[in-house]
Amino acid sequence: MDAQFLIGRRQLLKSGVALGAATALGSPGAFAQGKAPVIGFIYVGPKDDYGYNQAHAEGAAALKKAGFKVLEEEKVPETVAVEKSMESMINLDGATLMFPTSFGYFDPHMLKLAAKYPKIEFRHCGGLWNEAKHAKNTGSYFGYIDECQYLNGVVAGHTSKSGKLGFIAAKPIPQVLRNINAFTLGAKSVNPKATTQVIFTGDWAFPVKEAEGTNSLIDQGVDVLTCHVDSPKVVVETAERRGAFTCGYHANQAPLAPKGYLTGAEWNWSKVYLDFANAMKAGKTPGNFVRGGLKEGFVKTSAYGPAVSEAARKQADAIKAEMMSKGFVIFKGPLKDNKGNEVIAGGKALGQTDLALESMNYLIDGVVGAIG
Amino acid sequence: MAAVAETSGEAASPTRGAWALDRDRLGAIAEAIAIPLIALLAGAALFALFMLATGYDPVEVYALIWAGGFGSSFSWSNTLLRAAPLLLTALYTAVPARLGLVVIGNEGALVLGGVAAAGIGFALAGAPAAVAIVAMGLAGMLAGGIWVALAGALRHFRGVNETISSLLLSYLAIALMNHLVEGPLRDPASLNKPSTGHIGDGFMLGALPGTDIHVGLAIGIVVCLICHVLIRHTRTGFAMRVVGGNPAAARLAGLGVGPLLIGACFLGGAAAGLAGMIEVAAVHGRANASLAVGYGYTGILVAFLARHNALAIVPVAILLGGIGASSGLLQRRLDLPDASVLVLQGLLFVAILASETLRGRLRPYFSGR
Repeated sequence: MDAQFLIGRRQLLKSGVALGAATALGSPGAFAQGKAPVIGFIYVGPKDDYGYNQAHAEGAAALKKAGFKVLEEEKVPETVAVEKSMESMINLDGATLMFPTSFGYFDPHMLKLAAKYPKIEFRHCGGLWNEAKHAKNTGSYFGYIDECQYLNGVVAGHTSKSGKLGFIAAKPIPQVLRNINAFTLGAKSVNPKATTQVIFTGDWAFPVKEAEGTNSLIDQGVDVLTCHVDSPKVVVETAERRGAFTCGYHANQAPLAPKGYLTGAEWNWSKVYLDFANAMKAGKTPGNFVRGGLKEGFVKTSAYGPAVSEAARKQADAIKAEMMSKGFVIFKGPLKDNKGNEVIAGGKALGQTDLALESMNYLIDGVVGAIG
Repeated sequence: MAAVAETSGEAASPTRGAWALDRDRLGAIAEAIAIPLIALLAGAALFALFMLATGYDPVEVYALIWAGGFGSSFSWSNTLLRAAPLLLTALYTAVPARLGLVVIGNEGALVLGGVAAAGIGFALAGAPAAVAIVAMGLAGMLAGGIWVALAGALRHFRGVNETISSLLLSYLAIALMNHLVEGPLRDPASLNKPSTGHIGDGFMLGALPGTDIHVGLAIGIVVCLICHVLIRHTRTGFAMRVVGGNPAAARLAGLGVGPLLIGACFLGGAAAGLAGMIEVAAVHGRANASLAVGYGYTGILVAFLARHNALAIVPVAILLGGIGASSGLLQRRLDLPDASVLVLQGLLFVAILASETLRGRLRPYFSGR
């Protein structure tokens, strides 16, 4: 292969791993089954964003701690750049297990690379994998984080004095709508009159609009906020400054709001990534389609902040225990959307794995706001 | 010396005069090459200082930038793929700049071009591939071109500052793109990442023979060449440069300043729109928010670094593509944040802008006077 990579002499001497990478270059992907994988992570934003990317980077850190070799790249856009970043990790650093973590990396980028490198394992965060359509060396993983958003809602319902809750959301897509609805259902289970006012910013990272939205919601009497944007930092910090309460999302934002942070819906990717990596180490193929909620350890909640009342803790903990044991159904009928149409008939219960939830296209009764 | 030559003998003077003129010309060319080179070196030296100050070994950093961007055939393909869209988005700024306009809404023209191309490509399903690809290209160019021509027209007819209006139009374009891919043009199957329908594998642009670089690179280079010829070697190009030099004089000379201004804006926008079409037809297969990943903004940088010279855009785009390609390696090997290559790009940009003050001052050294 002509791609002799010019690594500085010092660099080579410094790490035997680099030598390993150079040898792997001769036959990319020719790693023996049952060897500890070299794991590549790609993030769409900064890995210290207190949000989506940080949640994944914490998973990567857990792998490092467990002794795996981990490669990371941040702020990689969802275009040919991600293909080249992955290829570079495979060719130059000998990566054998890839985690492109952003939703938009899947099609066509990851699929294209997976076809080119059939011996490398690719796992994508999002749940798009389909056995009939996609290659065996690809797969997806995702968590039912709406369980934690429901718990956020329970705590928010207890804490809010005005009964007005706020939700800063990026885009009106099924995943986001499911979180808004779960949060609202949680709040309404405590205070049936509670409402959630939603503001869609239109983008995954739009700090100016997130700050404006937070301020305007607080101006309208909202006293507890949560969000679904890539980095909740702006929302949490702005609310703290204004003396409002927040429930976190993606990662733990407690350090940003020591007074007002109530609890939060967090990913627990460490568990998922360790499962994948250990499977490969043991010579097994990592799972192609894995998902789970609180029970399976895919998601977790932030520790309660100082402003959470005893009653709120008790109720949230009880529901959490139910979710962890026999299962707790969040979406059950009769349920109406906020235009008065029935979306789930009485007596019907949609469990976490129900596919109908994956194409959710409504805001439930109690949510103030409209889709598109 | 030339003065001496002119008075010393009549027979010798024409040839000597021509020779002196040639030396002047060579001096100008040498200066045009030397100034950006000096600026690049100065920018690189500043970045080395920055690296030293933050505790990194600049030699190691530059070795990795070289390795990641240009050190192997894989690095080259990485670099050229990243450079391809920049060639076209840079023309967006560079062409109108010849008329003295500063337009910077590159990103908007690109995304609109992409959406238009995806819409046409999806609608033409079943048509012959050649027809569809040409139609997609034209749609992309038209969409991008019209969007920027609006800024040119506002400038010409209403005196609105084209820099501001083109930037604001760009934000509008991105919002319009989001509206279209999330609304009227949305593929209902694209649940969590709203996108238009896929144009189909038959309409996709392939790779250059023997590489995995899509044909967008070749298209970009050809369009840069065409623009260079247009600006340098045609009457229209001459008229454009006259307008750039002095619009009032151009008007007095009877040149149609309005059509030239708006036409140049259209041309630049069409190039960026074509970049959007190539992103759709060679990379994504559909239009969605991933079109707005910053190729437009980097295009502004490329145009300024190339001093708005259409030919110089090619090496500059490759240089910036290479810096971008090496970013991953810097992150992985040295644990540098992604922003470090932005610092390098910024320092190069500042150095190039500052180097403008050297213009005309180096020429005497090069022409030996």
